[in-house]
Amino acid sequence: MARRAGIGLRGIGHAVINGVWRLGYASRFFGLTLFRSGTTFRRFGLAIREIYFSGVLSLIIILVSGLFVGMVLGFQGFHTLERYGSEEALGVLVALSLVRELGPVVAGLLFASRAGSAMTAEIGLMKATEQISALEMMAVDPIARVIAPRFWAGVISMPLLAALFSAMGVFGGYLVGVVLIGVDEGAFWSQMQSAVDFREDIINGVIKSIVFGIAVTWIALFEGYDAPPTAEGVSGATTRTVVTSSLAILALDFVLTALMFRGN
Amino acid sequence: MTDDILVEFDDVSFTYDRRPVLKGINMKIPRGRVVSIMGISGSGKTTMLRLIGGQLNPTSGQVKVAGQVVHELDSEGLYKLRRKMGMLFQFGALFTDLSAFENVAFQMREQTDLPEGVIRDLVLMKLNAVGLRGAYHLMPAELSGGMARRIALARAIALDPMLMMYDEPFAGLDPISLGVIGTLMRRLNDALGATSIVVTHDVQESLKMVDYVYYLSEGVIVAQGTAEEMKHSTQPLVHQFVWGEEDGPVAFHYPMAEYPQDLGLERARG
Amino acid sequence: MERTTLDLWVGIFVAAGLGALMILALKVGNLGATFGAGDTYALRANFENIGGLKVRAPVKSSGVVVGRVSDIQFDTESYTALVTMSLDARYRFPKDTFARILTSGLLGEQYVGLYPGGDEAMLGNGEKIMKAESAVVLESLIGQFLYDRAAEGGNK
Repeated sequence: MARRAGIGLRGIGHAVINGVWRLGYASRFFGLTLFRSGTTFRRFGLAIREIYFSGVLSLIIILVSGLFVGMVLGFQGFHTLERYGSEEALGVLVALSLVRELGPVVAGLLFASRAGSAMTAEIGLMKATEQISALEMMAVDPIARVIAPRFWAGVISMPLLAALFSAMGVFGGYLVGVVLIGVDEGAFWSQMQSAVDFREDIINGVIKSIVFGIAVTWIALFEGYDAPPTAEGVSGATTRTVVTSSLAILALDFVLTALMFRGN
Repeated sequence: MTDDILVEFDDVSFTYDRRPVLKGINMKIPRGRVVSIMGISGSGKTTMLRLIGGQLNPTSGQVKVAGQVVHELDSEGLYKLRRKMGMLFQFGALFTDLSAFENVAFQMREQTDLPEGVIRDLVLMKLNAVGLRGAYHLMPAELSGGMARRIALARAIALDPMLMMYDEPFAGLDPISLGVIGTLMRRLNDALGATSIVVTHDVQESLKMVDYVYYLSEGVIVAQGTAEEMKHSTQPLVHQFVWGEEDGPVAFHYPMAEYPQDLGLERARG
Repeated sequence: MERTTLDLWVGIFVAAGLGALMILALKVGNLGATFGAGDTYALRANFENIGGLKVRAPVKSSGVVVGRVSDIQFDTESYTALVTMSLDARYRFPKDTFARILTSGLLGEQYVGLYPGGDEAMLGNGEKIMKAESAVVLESLIGQFLYDRAAEGGNK
């Protein structure tokens, strides 16, 4: 018994050390990415290409999801608010939920599973087929040439996607609340405008989405770069990207919300 | 010419994860030659190429390329050195998102300021050298294994390297492509005035075109000589390898217990 | 480097994203509304009890938002709450303006209501409103009510 417990403990210790080790490696990777970003800004065409892959190709899923989330918020919000006789506050409810929370968070989760997993798979395959190695041997720095443009593309795309998600969601809420149920249109917009503050709510939402963008692309690129160069290695890394970055988004969201909207 | 050494291994050892991969390798490769490093899978051949390219650092000893100790170079010096090297990877390692033309043009675009017209002419020249000028517009996914390998070869010689390295250039090719690649390697080496190092376990094909052979087993050079000498070697390891015999110093059986014991016959009898 | 269709798509994406941000800022948020970065001036008032008043709560007069609460502090000289409001420079109030903390609806958010008096002189930047009435605190209201009922019962 004691020996089995000892083995179990050793396993835990091993996992902890391994985790910390990986974290350190990932941090160095992050630092290197930032440090070697010069090429990306000198040759912005490289990033444009990646914005197409991570941003433009995520548009459809973001827009459609945003619309549906907004419509659901419209229905649910209306039924709750109706009980207190304050249906006009529907605009406030929809807009604040989206701009502060759902926009950045849901767009971030969708971005992680749509663009993040694709990034991991792509980098992982480039590594498995020795393309990364080939770059090194051609005296081209893979971090500067392959990783950094994708990183900045993700950081640029994410807030734009979140903004589109929120805007689509507000439109969805408007469709259901005003067009379908018949909440007063003037009250819907005016209450929304008086309650949603540009600096407090919208800018904070944008900051959140930028932070999520950094987290997701960093995790996705690192998982790809660190993936064992085999089929199982790459597929495992892709799964880990989605799981880790989703958890990271939710945890970061808690921290950021606590910091931003404290005492409000 | 014979004294002009391009690549030199001086008592090089390499340990990966406490497992020794190379043990005290000494090797001198003169300019202009095509040298082959042979050995069974897992004998540390590819590691030697990575040491020359500076992608790995030796645990002890030093690797010199053109008089420079590779692992003592800073990253700028290393990149400068790599610009004079070309490497053909096992399965080509073409950039899958670029066309054949762009793959060959890649290094020219990244490392030179040549105008577009010059790059175009150079790329078509390199593609012509491997006989695939007509396939310049194809994507790697549309190329057969042999064609991909030739495009990768054109890419490796894009900047006229002084040292060419081939990592298993014959792996997974049909006999015709195999012959084409082998002939191209020899011809390009002589045309460019380069030096080539070929890591392979394809004996028959490589013995046709190489000048000198090193035979590597378990991280040690156990035999060396010209292609002819290797063919007629009486050393059991080399003989088994060259003639592809099933059993010999490299055993057919993985280390194991006695057969009757594994079948449980001992106990039944006892 | 020539332009490609890819650039076009990225351009559309970036423009749409920035457009969505603009919509959020102007249509959903209050950036385009009366209260953005316009000129403001500060007024202060001491309240016995501010109840649930918070920073950024609206300041209204006749139901029109004329400003926002910018700061709430405890004044250790008078032992009351010192509320600072920033008001739109377009709206001026007489010296004898009366400030009250009100609640929108029964359980809604609290705001500061301003009731202008008849004085000729106007309040300037940083000046103090002298007449201020505290928030109605539901608990003390209920306590008062119960006390009154008990007193009534005692009299009977």
